[in-house]
Amino acid sequence: MTINTQDHGRAIAPAARALDVLGGETTEAGLRRYLEGIPGVDAVGLEQRAAALATRSIKTTSKARALDTIISLIDLTTLEGADTPGKVRSLVAKAVTPDAADPTTPRVAAVCVYGDMVPAALQALGSAHAGAAGNGIAVAAVATAFPSGRASLPVKLADTADAVAAGADEIDMVIDRGAFLAGRYGQVFDQIVAVKEACRRPDGTYAHLKVILETGELNTYDNVRRASWLAILAGGDFIKTSTGKVSPAATLPVTLSMLEVVRDWHRLTGEKIGVKPAGGIRSSKDAIRYLVTVAETVGEQWLRPELFRFGASSLLNDVLLQRQKTLTGHYSGPDYVTID
Amino acid sequence: MSFLEYAPAPESKAILNLKSEYGLFIDGEFVDGRGEAFATISPADEQRIATISTADAADVDDAVAAARRAYENVWSRMSGRDRGKYLYRIARLVQERSRELAVAESLDNGKPIKESRDVDVPLVAAWFFYYAGWADKLDHAGLGPAPRSLGVAGQVIPWNFPLLMLSWKIAPALAAGNTVVLKPAETTSLTALLFAEIVQQADLPAGVVNIVTGAGETGRTLVEHPGIDKVAFTGSTAVGRQIARSVAGTHKKLTLELGGKAANIVFDDAPIDQAIEGIVNGIFFNQGHVCCAGSRLLVQESIHDEVIERLKSRLSTLRLGDPLDKNTDIGAINSAEQLQRIRELTAVGEAEGAERWSADCVIPENGFWFAPTIFTNVSTSHRIARDEIFGPVLSVLTFRTPAEAIAKANNTPYGLSAGIWSDKGSRILAVADKLRAGVIWANTFNRFDPASPFGGYKESGYGREGGRHGLAAYLAPAASSAPRAEAAPSAGRVAAKPPRSSRRSTKGTDK
Repeated sequence: MTINTQDHGRAIAPAARALDVLGGETTEAGLRRYLEGIPGVDAVGLEQRAAALATRSIKTTSKARALDTIISLIDLTTLEGADTPGKVRSLVAKAVTPDAADPTTPRVAAVCVYGDMVPAALQALGSAHAGAAGNGIAVAAVATAFPSGRASLPVKLADTADAVAAGADEIDMVIDRGAFLAGRYGQVFDQIVAVKEACRRPDGTYAHLKVILETGELNTYDNVRRASWLAILAGGDFIKTSTGKVSPAATLPVTLSMLEVVRDWHRLTGEKIGVKPAGGIRSSKDAIRYLVTVAETVGEQWLRPELFRFGASSLLNDVLLQRQKTLTGHYSGPDYVTID
Repeated sequence: MSFLEYAPAPESKAILNLKSEYGLFIDGEFVDGRGEAFATISPADEQRIATISTADAADVDDAVAAARRAYENVWSRMSGRDRGKYLYRIARLVQERSRELAVAESLDNGKPIKESRDVDVPLVAAWFFYYAGWADKLDHAGLGPAPRSLGVAGQVIPWNFPLLMLSWKIAPALAAGNTVVLKPAETTSLTALLFAEIVQQADLPAGVVNIVTGAGETGRTLVEHPGIDKVAFTGSTAVGRQIARSVAGTHKKLTLELGGKAANIVFDDAPIDQAIEGIVNGIFFNQGHVCCAGSRLLVQESIHDEVIERLKSRLSTLRLGDPLDKNTDIGAINSAEQLQRIRELTAVGEAEGAERWSADCVIPENGFWFAPTIFTNVSTSHRIARDEIFGPVLSVLTFRTPAEAIAKANNTPYGLSAGIWSDKGSRILAVADKLRAGVIWANTFNRFDPASPFGGYKESGYGREGGRHGLAAYLAPAASSAPRAEAAPSAGRVAAKPPRSSRRSTKGTDK
């Protein structure tokens, strides 16, 4: 391992959780020792466990409840270069009224957009916004040079502060995978701490911080596990699998391994961290497998928007079709749900 | 309402087309047994499923005679290639009827449908496919050119994996050119009889596979029958001993696959979450009715408390109940007798001072059930650390160094299997090298593959099943005294059938 000895003893940002857990050792070396001391992950065993959880059979009343739960956990997302205020308005309308034919359909948890679309989203939400209504819809913005994260720290912080100033309730940041893979854990850590600080609003409250690990680029489950611990130690409120721009995006084994970290963190500190699989979850069947995995790994108290989200765009319509089927007893077709 | 209260998702029994009474399968036909018939029940609700015949000595005579005729006239003369074709056909039929077989197995045995569907039945098909491939390649089985089949094999199998154990016995025997008389366990004959239907469907020459049902006495008659050349037994060490005694001094070749008390060794650097899964899979798979179950957990002292805490919280998520429900993790104990034994041994465990913890499961009113249980503070001298419980009961012991782990793991009269959990490859290899057990799993447990030999050290038996080694149990080198029967390129399926028994079953085919 090639570690610059000068960096080795360098102090990392004194984030509260890290101070508690690492004790006096808030240095690059201390952080590294901690992360490397976490038990490893056996890939075969992890995938077997995920596959076993995926065989749970959720039928009838359980399925009906699961479908409504899924909708209430969705971060309805549009992250295209071609996004316009019009497209965002359309997305928001869908978020507010997922199924025009059935007003009892729950609303989604949030809409997720690029930072410059936050004002458009807020405007479209109006009174449906989380700030105004009790269980309204939140606005999440991706930030920190999403999706690659390849920009200098000041640019990332400006990106974040800009979105928060525009009124974003939640920030989905990306970690510097390059730095992580090069073993510069301290740098990744410091950036998360800095972004968290940039989430601070003038009134002292913080925008919710979701930390995207981009697990498809971290490649191994051991890396995913370390990155999860690192993101939590640095102050992340949520850990999120992917940007959706890299394949593979969310997989069940990856999400399971992140849930195990969250469960262990809860056991260690009593604090609850959220998890957000994003990208690649397109069918109700898939999404139900995630619910089962959450409930049987961390417990069903995690199945609420403050602690679990699906980052998805096409998932919603499949869930709506399944929901219609459950209620009416027959399948309809893609023309019976709105495209956005 | 809790998300975790999954709505019932039972696999439908409608796929089954069971008869109300079953005869014996002799010479390609179902015939009535001369012994006293008995009921087979579902251990989950104690409801009768069907009436099963008992084969008496005369029936066993008939079966052995039929197997002998089929051996002399057809099967030993058939080319390996043609034998392979039959085995492939059986394998495909098992796949085609897999759902039916899985439902029948769960109904009769009490194991969860997810296991019979995802483990037992797929492995049965895999076993037939694998040995089908060997049938025309026996020259390469490691016994020199042109090895010779043995003749008629008498096979007695247990109730824990009824159909899977049948395939472990029948597939290699047939591939090697032997014919068989098989006795399934008294409480789990159903799938063997469905298998007999598959044998008919596959148009296997009459008498190549014969199935005689009944209790221990039928098994004894079969094993002691002078007309058989090979005995293969899977079951308890006590019965295995009797068989070894009765076979001693005869020409019969013998393989025994008996009990076990496997050590599952967890080192402090183990991938902890997967190790917990492996411990659960090691002892609670099939309600612990597994001869190679990891029933002794040896955990490094430094991580003992953490492992136990995690294990308890994981066990609390197991679902005990209707074996046919697709979400059931723990099914029913196979019989009242076995439940009684588990209760006795766990009571002894408590009396000897081990600390008992059972998962908080709702136990159904009818049927035979036992909640997943772990014992901590177990010493090597406790009976629950020595005796095979054959139930969902884990005994937890600790160790400090690899040397102590090896010593404790080997300190048992058994030696069927063992497990090692560590992130360090060199340690796994070094420890595995010193463990006296037939199968050693590293960072996994209870995984089976037809290409991998399976068998025991010491009181766990002798001989190997599975893989190339499994063929050696059913073959002799060509140089042996008896002249080789196999010669004709193919007598094929047109081979003459002896006149059919006039004793054809009178049993109805209605449900």
